[in-house]
Amino acid sequence: METNPAPAISSHELSKHFDGFRAVDRISFEVAPGEIFGFLGANGAGKTTAMRMLCGLSYPTSGQATVAGFDVYRQQEQIKQNIGYMSQKFSLYEDLTVLENIEFFGGIYGLTNQQLRTKSEELVTTLGLQSEAKKLVRGLPLGWKQKLAFSVAILHDPKIVFLDEPTGGVDPVTRRQFWELIYAAADRGITAFVTTHYMDEAEYCSRVCIMVDGRVEALDSPANLKQQFHTDSMDDVFYQLARGAQRGE
Amino acid sequence: MDAVTLEHITKTYEKGTVRAVEDVSFAVKPGELFGLIGPDGAGKTSIFRILTTLLLADSGTATVGGHDVRTDYQAIRNTVGYMPGRFSLYQDLTVQENLNFFATLFDTTIAANYALIKDIYEQIEPFRDRRAGKLSGGMKQKLALCCALIHKPTVLFLDEPTTGVDAVSRKEFWAMLGQLRQQGITILVSTPYMDEATLCERIALLQGGKILSIDTPDNIVRAYPHPLFAVKTDAVHSLLHDLRAYTPVLSSYAFGEFVHVAFRQNQPNNDAALRDYLRARQHTGIVVKPIAPTIEDRFIELMTANSTAAHGN
Repeated sequence: METNPAPAISSHELSKHFDGFRAVDRISFEVAPGEIFGFLGANGAGKTTAMRMLCGLSYPTSGQATVAGFDVYRQQEQIKQNIGYMSQKFSLYEDLTVLENIEFFGGIYGLTNQQLRTKSEELVTTLGLQSEAKKLVRGLPLGWKQKLAFSVAILHDPKIVFLDEPTGGVDPVTRRQFWELIYAAADRGITAFVTTHYMDEAEYCSRVCIMVDGRVEALDSPANLKQQFHTDSMDDVFYQLARGAQRGE
Repeated sequence: MDAVTLEHITKTYEKGTVRAVEDVSFAVKPGELFGLIGPDGAGKTSIFRILTTLLLADSGTATVGGHDVRTDYQAIRNTVGYMPGRFSLYQDLTVQENLNFFATLFDTTIAANYALIKDIYEQIEPFRDRRAGKLSGGMKQKLALCCALIHKPTVLFLDEPTTGVDAVSRKEFWAMLGQLRQQGITILVSTPYMDEATLCERIALLQGGKILSIDTPDNIVRAYPHPLFAVKTDAVHSLLHDLRAYTPVLSSYAFGEFVHVAFRQNQPNNDAALRDYLRARQHTGIVVKPIAPTIEDRFIELMTANSTAAHGN
């Protein structure tokens, strides 16, 4: 009855050890195309290490994983071409203008000049940045920077976009507008893999994976997790799981 | 006498083109736990740097412990504790060495004020010979707090101590602040997390260098002016679109699994009419219930009311 499209991300017993320390310990999950997948965990739970492997930036110690159908051991370059990435820390070049940033990142992802022109115009209009297009990114309010950074991260229509705490420090209105951009991207079929420390944002995900000490301790929809942990808030679900953690960052 | 006062403080950068703090005035009472709540760019760090005498305001006056920040800066530096947003201890000194260093700077010893830091220090004591640079984020934070407390300051300034910290560690940190408050230390703390506001005695909501409101958390939410409901249906995304197209609705923002909906007018049939409207739009699993606003509701309301350039709906 159901057709099972190839998963956007598939991880099986994926592990990463540093000198015997199990930073990521046999994590398994699948993320469906167009899904908004929340990836939560306390500081030091292994989120960043796991994300680096999935982005093709570091080799696993053991286990298997594919991202956009490409193998994390053998096809790292293909993975990089098929994903977008944005974090609170790294997003855009501050000393380039809005348009220059779009051109730069579009160029890296191999967009043609024609595509770049169309995309730039479209993006600037959608975000209402017409009067800022030729200004340096440095002068933009943080919220606009983050929305622009997200739009640039999906400029090349990647299969998956990785968002590492994209809304940290952003005002409450912009934070919500940011999530609407994620929804819109998901409607276009782009899979979003998101980390956040805001537990209300965990509710906006179709499914949430919670890591504790390198392992996946819970994985389900927010509604099912709340039911399972007998509570009405994701904050409490997270607290129940993460307070048992043995290790810090 | 107030522990901290600011009167009409303004601070600009880049030759006056960037207005970081605009005409900000407030006072913190002795022993109070006072929160500056706002996103990045609200002016929180500039205010901290002015009060800790690391930065001069363009105009206005400010005092800490009765000392003027401009003329009495030396007295202020001797009596306040400051934990900046960025980790600022010596990475290549050990935990013990950092603590000793700061105690010596302030002409005191760890032993003299041990009672104050005991509860926090005990958690990092097993790592006392580890270099600060090799500590975990949570441990660094605890060490920084110990160093800021080692000379028994009268006022403690904590600039975004919980930013980027997970929900469990955030709870622990606030529990530590509660204990410090019982020891009579005045604490000025900033945070971008609206849910932490309720843990303060009084708060100032800040946005774009301006104060939106100052009061107790209870009074701030009580002043929310609109009838507010939590709304949920089986189709969250189309729900937002439909709510925005519905004229009686003033604003609608996602809050976790619900959308918080404010009505323009206080009509007794607001909720029933909304249910009918959503049913007509083919929504199923409709929940509409009146709720008490949160700090974040009030912040959004003040922020959008005060800003003509607001991009909210």
